[in-house]
Amino acid sequence: MSLRTQSGPYFGEFGGRFVPESLVAALDELTAEYELAKNDPAFAAALMELHVNYTGRPSIITEVPRFAEYAGGARIILKREDLNHTGSHKINNALGQALLTKRIGKTRVIAETGAGQHGVATATVAALFGLECVVYMGEVDTERQALNVARMRLLGAEVVPVKTGSRTLKDAINDAMRDWVTNVETTNYIFGTVAGPHPFPAMVRDFQKIIGEEARQQVIELTGSLPDAVTACVGGGSNAMGIFHAFLDDPDVALFGYEAAGDGIDTPRHAATITKGRPGVLHGARSMLLQDEDGQTIESHSISAGLDYPGVGPEHAWLASIGRATYLPISDDEAMSALRLLSRTEGIIPAIESSHALAGTLELGRALGPEATILVNLSGRGDKDMETAGRYFDLLDEGAEQS
Amino acid sequence: MITPILRDGTTRGTVSTVEQTIARRRAEGGGALIGYLPVGFPTLNESIDAAVALVANGVDIIELGLPYSDPVMDGPVIQAATQQALANGFKLRHGFEAIRAITAQVDAPVLVMTYWNPVVQYGVERFADDLRAAGGAGLITPDLIPDEASDWMAASVRTGLDRVFLAAPSSSDARLVQAIEASRGFVYTVSTMGTTGARAGVDAAARILVERLRAAGCTSACVGLGISTPEQVREILGYADGAIVGSALVKALTDGGVPAVARLALELAAGANEIRPPSSPR
Repeated sequence: MSLRTQSGPYFGEFGGRFVPESLVAALDELTAEYELAKNDPAFAAALMELHVNYTGRPSIITEVPRFAEYAGGARIILKREDLNHTGSHKINNALGQALLTKRIGKTRVIAETGAGQHGVATATVAALFGLECVVYMGEVDTERQALNVARMRLLGAEVVPVKTGSRTLKDAINDAMRDWVTNVETTNYIFGTVAGPHPFPAMVRDFQKIIGEEARQQVIELTGSLPDAVTACVGGGSNAMGIFHAFLDDPDVALFGYEAAGDGIDTPRHAATITKGRPGVLHGARSMLLQDEDGQTIESHSISAGLDYPGVGPEHAWLASIGRATYLPISDDEAMSALRLLSRTEGIIPAIESSHALAGTLELGRALGPEATILVNLSGRGDKDMETAGRYFDLLDEGAEQS
Repeated sequence: MITPILRDGTTRGTVSTVEQTIARRRAEGGGALIGYLPVGFPTLNESIDAAVALVANGVDIIELGLPYSDPVMDGPVIQAATQQALANGFKLRHGFEAIRAITAQVDAPVLVMTYWNPVVQYGVERFADDLRAAGGAGLITPDLIPDEASDWMAASVRTGLDRVFLAAPSSSDARLVQAIEASRGFVYTVSTMGTTGARAGVDAAARILVERLRAAGCTSACVGLGISTPEQVREILGYADGAIVGSALVKALTDGGVPAVARLALELAAGANEIRPPSSPR
């Protein structure tokens, strides 16, 4: 069976549409329009033109031998989504969905954002296409990612700090859904990850799978063969699905997703959904989630706002359930240490999210040995994280670390 | 004799007390007034007292909300109340306790409004059994569409519980038929595109949607979302079978406790009477 042909609404026992009836018509419309667009060469051409001339695709790959010395000598290759316009992989999906919004004829877009990368990407495409844009962001996240709030506002978007619940990504999604229920006639919801109700998991993956398609070819050109493993961080899971997808039917390529373990998976403060969660329904889909015995969502924690989410995309839950991909936890400290290591060995400052993939890769490299080749999705750059990193490493004060 | 109001092949014969109540209120020349309150707000005991007070003051059917961490269909008033209930330690078992306590004191049917994940985690069959045992009438499921409801359909058919699905102004004709066929008790007719919360005017969309439901064969359509005054109740019951009031009651409870809820219920109930002449006596 090909694992690459899954198109939803279900991925095994996961996925579906657990939404208020009011949203069904909009989801049906989006599904139908996306099916048309997917088979329309003009749509593909328009999107590719933007990828090339706006985002700067294809993104390059970079081999990182000095970093690899710390990973048991395995060959490590980064897929440089951090070099995309706006600084992460999120632009791939935002452009696709903005083009779709134009096709449907809606004039207003909304988005949720955690770290702010998807919010920035959506605000960017809204500016590019002349769409009204409102971004919902948990109040906690607006504080720890203040720079991205400023970017979104500069781009002309309205940023709404969400003050309910845990005041992070999950609550931003709740408020975005409430907005959508209310304004669905004029508004398209540009969902940022491979979670949510059908068609979002399959559609967002399709808009992100260009990462893996490019990288698979690039790695073969560089090394003459497929990598032994592909790694990525997983919050909702869009960058991971994006790079995994092209390799799903390559049985010799191991796939590793690294979840945020926060303070540790044996503490209450983590976001390791597949590692510690169980199946349930959240934000429109059945997937794995962090919840108590009553099915109340448990607040997640991660130093990385982009991974601070108690759910995960249904396709990941499915890939985990059939054993095709392996999901492992990475703590805040491990991620931050990898962030510093890549910065100092290679002159590349990664996003804290992506640093979870780097930390996992260090361990994986030691396990696989020097003959192995590992492809890592460097999903975003760390500029937005300088304040967090500055505080974490005590870099901002007099007498700060200079070693 | 109450004829089955909604099509439900497998449970024909068992009578929905919700349908019965709505039909009786229609026959009396009014319509059903359905009042929503969340369990555990401001405390478990006060939420029970408030629900009992609703019925004592003319509310016909109780819609008891189970607090949930991610209530995407709810506006600010109900969000704040349910969040407080959760912070105070609400557990699902409190929901069953509340139904027991309410049905011990009053005869009105008690429907439970719940998001879907708590039911899934409790176990759909176990939830249905415990709801039935506690005296509950059925479930209103705001984030469960009939397309995803096969487990619940089976459990509700087995236990004879009501299933209230939603119909929205944006629903296609085919989806309205689906909602009517899947529902038992009534079809929750969403008055307007949006979340729960009082609104100055209830949309013309509600009237149009009820007309579309009627044309599709629905004989039990209750309108909810945005209804807060006796005038709105009266207006809606001019064309619908029931009117559902939520946020306004929760706000009254927040601001003035059980006495304020009782007062508002009494005012609203006045809007649900003598809308048209009673039909022939039953």
